Amino acid sequence: MRHTEDILLRTSRIGKKFGGLSALSDVTLHIQRGEIYGLIGPNGAGKTTLFNVLTGLYQPSAGEFQFNGAPYRAGKPHVLARAGIARTFQNIRLFANLTALENVMIGRHVRTRAGVFGALLRNRATRDEERAITERSRELLSYVGIEKPGQTLAKHLSYGEQRRLEIARALATDPLLLALDEPAAGMNATETASLKTLLQTIRDSGITVLLIEHDVKLIMGLCDRVAVLDYGKKIAEGVPEQVRKDPAVIAAYLGGGDE
Amino acid sequence: MEILLQQIINGLVQGSIYALVALGYTMVYGILGLINFAHGEVVMVGAMLVLSSLTAMLGWGIPPVLALPVSVMLAITGCMALGYGIERIAYRPLRHAPRLAPLITAIGVSIVLQNLAMMIWGRDYHSFPQLFANTTHSFGGAVINDIQIIIFIMAVAIMAGLMVVVHHTRLGRAMRAIAENQHAAQLMGVDVNRVISITFMLGSAMAAVAGLMVSANYGLAHYYMGFLLGLKAFTAAVLGGIGNLRGAMLGGLLLGLIESLGAGYIGDLSGGFFGSNYQDVFAFLVLIAVLVFRPSGLLGERLAERA
Repeated sequence: MRHTEDILLRTSRIGKKFGGLSALSDVTLHIQRGEIYGLIGPNGAGKTTLFNVLTGLYQPSAGEFQFNGAPYRAGKPHVLARAGIARTFQNIRLFANLTALENVMIGRHVRTRAGVFGALLRNRATRDEERAITERSRELLSYVGIEKPGQTLAKHLSYGEQRRLEIARALATDPLLLALDEPAAGMNATETASLKTLLQTIRDSGITVLLIEHDVKLIMGLCDRVAVLDYGKKIAEGVPEQVRKDPAVIAAYLGGGDE
Repeated sequence: MEILLQQIINGLVQGSIYALVALGYTMVYGILGLINFAHGEVVMVGAMLVLSSLTAMLGWGIPPVLALPVSVMLAITGCMALGYGIERIAYRPLRHAPRLAPLITAIGVSIVLQNLAMMIWGRDYHSFPQLFANTTHSFGGAVINDIQIIIFIMAVAIMAGLMVVVHHTRLGRAMRAIAENQHAAQLMGVDVNRVISITFMLGSAMAAVAGLMVSANYGLAHYYMGFLLGLKAFTAAVLGGIGNLRGAMLGGLLLGLIESLGAGYIGDLSGGFFGSNYQDVFAFLVLIAVLVFRPSGLLGERLAERA
């Protein structure tokens, strides 16, 4: 059994209702520092809902979660971003009309200080900070493998590059937990393979990764541990080999018809 | 020819004031998709604050060199607080309400401010005290005075400053990110409410300066002055493409020119039937024409410039 300090995120009995519909109920799980944790389940199982709760977009109807030792309940995305949770979206949500570099620079927002007066007066500290932000953002662009110039508008990047840019923007917040909502969606085999390498590099740099994915092969080959959601409930959790053999999982998902 | 030059000068000076006010409309629209119809009243409050504090200080024997900056700072601070308050009270609680709701509260706030101003400052015109000899310079048959020169230079400087803030600072980046996608910006750690508050305060600070300029230019201020000025600045913002900063500046200057040239020539063109008192008609003809023929405004399609 691991120590509590090794646990980065712990949810306790999280529930979320939309009207009368229960999208999540009693979801209790924990994510350890430094692992890649996969979240799988059939369409509509509640994966994205759980993501939205953990990143503060939704307020849970029941339960709470602890992140890095502190409890969170109310939905305040910028507070969670500050606490160290960063995410990407299933449908890419970049700032389309900002440049690639500016997109990443926005991610640095949370870790920098300069206020209104600094912005207006353009004092030394502000200029130094801007320079540091720009430099770090350029590094991140090349870290995720975007070769195009930073001045390219985000909407002019290719699909795969846009996905990578989202990851760079999330990394810019210096997250403890990087949450990726279907990063491989729409990617071809080559792009998926290089995404896998990128995620491993990120994990090895000490950032914990939470991954929602439909690509079971990717999940099984990449994740240290996996949880399976079905109808808003967690039906299995464990290392990939173990989960793959779980009868409940096979019934719900892997063996369940069209998937 | 002298008339043409003179009307261009007048138009540019008046237009630079419209542009400052139009920026306030367009910044808020860019970020919230909301038209802050109370913005014109903020200009009026700015003018009133400058005038009353300036008159009071001059009455106490404080020299103009000191009194003017102090009263301007007072008006800017007052208007920033007002802008912050308007957003907190009238708009933030309605952030997720149907779009008509904040429009109605905007008109409500506008009426409340007009009436408060009437109660505080009365119904009379207040005249702007003469602070220095306002020298008139003439060239090419046209004249321009010191106040007009100062207004134009100040307006251009403020607009340039705003462009630097929006395009080259952390705050401006946050503003543009919110305009693009509020949710994603929040998840990057941008405190959306804070940035929206700051946007309102920046717009209101510019409105205060515009209030000073209008009252200095015409030598008068009145509790009702914000209404027409606000509508015209809104027209300027629509003309340039609402939500677009460069559009607001361009629209302001163009509207000033159209009005001024229209007023200068309408008498000749109509054989003396209409006089220059029909000046205000031009602004609204422009508004109608833009809404009919190019609702997105002159620069409206270039969403990248939104702030």
